[in-house]
Amino acid sequence: MKKLSARRRHPLAAVVVLILALAATGGLYAAFAPADKAQAEETSQSLAIEEGKKLYSVGCASCHGTGGQGTTDGPSLVGVGSAAVDFQVGTGRMPAQQPGAQVPKKKNIYTQAQIDQLAAYIASLGAGPVTPTDKQYSPEGADIAKGGELFRTNCAQCHNFTGEGGALTKGKFAPSLEGVSPKHIYEAMQTGPQNMPSFPDTTMPEKQKKDIIAYLDAVNGEKTESPGGLKLGGLGPVSEGLFAWIFGLGALIAVAVWVAARTAKAKKS
Amino acid sequence: MSTTTASSTEKRKAPAGERVADWADGRLGIYSLAKANMRKIFPDHWSFMLGEICLYSFIIIILTGVYLTLFFHPSMNEVEYHGSYVPLQGQLMSEAFNSTMHISFDVRGGLLIRQIHHWAALIFVAAMLVHMMRVFFTGAFRKPREVNWLFGFLLLVLGMFTGFTGYSLPDDLLSGTGVRFMQGAVLSVPIVGTYLSMFLFGGEFPGGDFVARFYSVHILLLPGIMLGLVVAHLILVFYHKHTQFAGPGKTNKNVVGMPLLPVYMAKAGGFFFLVFGVIAAISALASINPIWALGPYRPDQVSTGAQPDWYMGFSEGLIRVMPGWEINLWGHTLVLGVFIPLVIFPLVLVAIAVWPFIESWVTGDKREHHILDRPRNAPTRTAFGVAWLTWYFVLLIGGGNDLWATHFHLSINSITWFVRIAFFVAPVIAFIITKRICLGLQRRDKDKVLHGRESGIIKRLPHGEFIEVHEPLSQEQLHTLTAHEQNKPLELGPTVDENGVERKVKGSQKLRAKLSQGMYGEDSQIPKPTAEEYKEITSGHGHH
Repeated sequence: MKKLSARRRHPLAAVVVLILALAATGGLYAAFAPADKAQAEETSQSLAIEEGKKLYSVGCASCHGTGGQGTTDGPSLVGVGSAAVDFQVGTGRMPAQQPGAQVPKKKNIYTQAQIDQLAAYIASLGAGPVTPTDKQYSPEGADIAKGGELFRTNCAQCHNFTGEGGALTKGKFAPSLEGVSPKHIYEAMQTGPQNMPSFPDTTMPEKQKKDIIAYLDAVNGEKTESPGGLKLGGLGPVSEGLFAWIFGLGALIAVAVWVAARTAKAKKS
Repeated sequence: MSTTTASSTEKRKAPAGERVADWADGRLGIYSLAKANMRKIFPDHWSFMLGEICLYSFIIIILTGVYLTLFFHPSMNEVEYHGSYVPLQGQLMSEAFNSTMHISFDVRGGLLIRQIHHWAALIFVAAMLVHMMRVFFTGAFRKPREVNWLFGFLLLVLGMFTGFTGYSLPDDLLSGTGVRFMQGAVLSVPIVGTYLSMFLFGGEFPGGDFVARFYSVHILLLPGIMLGLVVAHLILVFYHKHTQFAGPGKTNKNVVGMPLLPVYMAKAGGFFFLVFGVIAAISALASINPIWALGPYRPDQVSTGAQPDWYMGFSEGLIRVMPGWEINLWGHTLVLGVFIPLVIFPLVLVAIAVWPFIESWVTGDKREHHILDRPRNAPTRTAFGVAWLTWYFVLLIGGGNDLWATHFHLSINSITWFVRIAFFVAPVIAFIITKRICLGLQRRDKDKVLHGRESGIIKRLPHGEFIEVHEPLSQEQLHTLTAHEQNKPLELGPTVDENGVERKVKGSQKLRAKLSQGMYGEDSQIPKPTAEEYKEITSGHGHH
């Protein structure tokens, strides 16, 4: 104690005491304060944001800027929300391979946990549409017929009658919706990725989005049957015409050649 | 038949078949008909059966169409759907759509019959086009068959419109868009467009009438005319007798082939079932016009990829690539962006239909032709046909520009510009290339006639030179390769008459001479080898 009392007038003594006091208060608070669930989540949330920021710096910052503010190569991500990140990264569209008319979907190389971290980081930049929960997009119990009507009114002009996709101007396109998960369809409607307009809940309530998802699942899902046989891409008269020419008339001409070749030829003398 | 047998077996009763035939002959005169036609000769070539494909698919369409009329309700009354297709439950639709859904899902065999009807229609028009091209490229349209060419052409046009009215009947979202397209074209007609549209649809589009109207046009008016034309077409084929390709023993005055009975009866009858079989198989395998996926028509809805059936595709192409020009004058709008395509639409078809008449005018040929040309031996005609097909195909690309864009990862704008330029340029290029190819083939024929066929045998001569042995062609082959006639270009003659007075030449004659030079001048055909040339080459120094 002698040593301690000898140094108590040291110029840095006050600082040391202050630090000790702060540490003690903080420690005591941490020890005794009610560590409720929200608290834990917030911690993990901030951790996710931290991790997300790291992923962001590696995969996204070169185009979207170090703080998501956007550059000439990519738009600002402030306020796009976690749903946009979950869609863009979840379908492999982002990070984009190269600039072009439109960024196509490709193999997604991130795990869902990483996507969530990225989404958490982007969401922290500004409020935006939130990644939907299973309850929101699950097509169970939705009205398929109503969904069909909504789809033909709002979506078919770009995505075709049953979501086979279609062309837009200058190399852009509305992609095929075959095999797209309900979650991603929901997010696309919510956020309006790339050339798609967005359909927020104010213009298209959750129920209607569910109906559309249910319709797509019914007419262009894994279990969809084609009552008439081969679907020929579901693209309408162009593929039908091609089929009629090649396999219809083609087969008939082949048959004609065969019939003409098989004749009661007079013997040559 | 003969009197001797009749008298010798007076007591014995003739067999039942003979008695029926006798009964019929007494009233219909079938014996003389049969005698005249049973031994009718038809030449054998696969391309002569293309018309049969048309005829048979037409019959199949009529048969299946009759079945469909039993269940189809041509009405636009609004009903709620309660059939067995789940994704449309409770949707409002016209009775026409509803009954087509009923045919597709709830009538036994309904979907198959519907698909046979539709596939057969696509194949029918495609076969008509190919048949027409066969007639075109072989010059089978020449005298005396010009009228039959026109009958065939009318059948093609009527077939297109019967198809259009047919696929519009279900009142689905796709065909409704097509009807709207047609209505837009009608509206673009200056001055009377609006009136015409109101007249056709009984008021504003879509109104409540057009399905019923299209129905009577589709099942009665157009097929009735077509049936009559088909009969007339066939009567003329019988009357003119069939054309044949040149060959030994085949002349302009005979037909070499097999008799109608029994050979062609069996062949044609069998071929009918083969055609029916192929079309039925396709219809059982592949879906066509799945109206349940398209949904009922509503004027406020539209889908991408809305194309007509293929035979109307070129009209779609015309509209899609046409710049949206418009003139506004004194409160009236002239929509050139739609009206110009509407005017070009019939011209595309007429362009090929008038060729026979242009050709006969240029050649001034009044003789009958029953021997077919090989396409290479009529380079200008062949080149024109290929140019027309190219034109047609370019327009088809325009009609499907969105699918070309998505499937080949192209920009739809670039395709549109490509079509705009190719519309003018591609036929010219195709014409030039085809003509060169034809002339090249003529040269090869000439070479073959004069020097024989390349045998692939290489011989070394004593002094070391290598030559390929050419085998002379047989007499039959020589005949076939040199049987064609070569037209001489029209000469206008001296510009002054014997008295030195300037002769007046009509402008049309000048044009005719120019065209004739173009078709049959030095640059348009290779003079075929003469007998003297042949003799000189084959007699002298043998092969070389």
